[in-house]
Amino acid sequence: MTGDIAILGYGLSAIGPGVGIGLIFAAYVAGVARQPETRGVLQTIAILGFVLCEQLAIFGIALAFVFSGQ
Amino acid sequence: MTTTVLAAEEFVPPSAPDFWQPLVGDGAFAITRPMVLMVLSVVVLAVVMMAVTRRLAVVPGRGQYRAEGVYGLVRNSVARDVIGQEHFKPYLPLLFTLFTLILLNNLFGIIPVLQYPTMSRIGFPLALALAVYVVYLVAGVRRRGATGFVKSLVPPGLPWWVVPVVFILEMVTFLITRPVTLTLRLFGNMFAGHILLLLFALGGEFLLLHGDGIIKIVSIPAFLMFFLFTAFEILIAFLQAYVFILLASVYIAEVYSDAH
Repeated sequence: MTGDIAILGYGLSAIGPGVGIGLIFAAYVAGVARQPETRGVLQTIAILGFVLCEQLAIFGIALAFVFSGQ
Repeated sequence: MTTTVLAAEEFVPPSAPDFWQPLVGDGAFAITRPMVLMVLSVVVLAVVMMAVTRRLAVVPGRGQYRAEGVYGLVRNSVARDVIGQEHFKPYLPLLFTLFTLILLNNLFGIIPVLQYPTMSRIGFPLALALAVYVVYLVAGVRRRGATGFVKSLVPPGLPWWVVPVVFILEMVTFLITRPVTLTLRLFGNMFAGHILLLLFALGGEFLLLHGDGIIKIVSIPAFLMFFLFTAFEILIAFLQAYVFILLASVYIAEVYSDAH
């Protein structure tokens, strides 16, 4: 079996953001279920949290391509 | 079977070099496909925006109505809500330009024939992020003055021994992390999304043409996934354009917040 271990690093770096994004949207869903009128405010906050969390996985994929084939 | 024939039979997964597509010339001064697409997007946006805003009416026509919809999204749900009622006006042209430009360039990734997201070359999002970087630094220095701006990085009421640590952290966030993440987020999303599309398209083609017997059938789910992810890319294109201006306005808004 052949491959690049850098891509494995990307897989590892995606675990944290995966869990984090799940928690963020779980909180968003719970918040909207409790108070549907706050949807607009919560949506902006949830997307903001989502992108701040996601950037770790994005670093992972960028670095995976930087370090692959070395 | 010789090794060269074997190599031709092997599946070559898509990778970063597939995104280097010079059209004219080669090397550092080549005119590449994303450059042409970027020029095309600017021309398209300029023509469309001038066409729909030439005769502005109180009761809007179809084109004006749609343009106002996009403008309303940027103005009301991003700029006014995030930056605040008093200060958002000067930043509207920047935010609206960024949103439309990024959205159109992202959508180029799935428009047939064009099919190349411009932002998957890191130079393009880097230039846009640097524009935002300059704007929020200049806005901060203008509002507080150079020393006041540096002082405002540290929240008040901290014990004296924490101040240097917080200052260094905030300085790194302001000067390095923010532009880098702004660039890498847009780049990474478009690059990863497009490489996924490439993988399903090339994988499906390889299974169909080079697979033997029953393996050819497996190419059908690969092509189905290709269609599915093409639709998914529309969502990502909107989301990334929205997120870029959302973060830009969050960074600008911090200049005007006195709590921090």
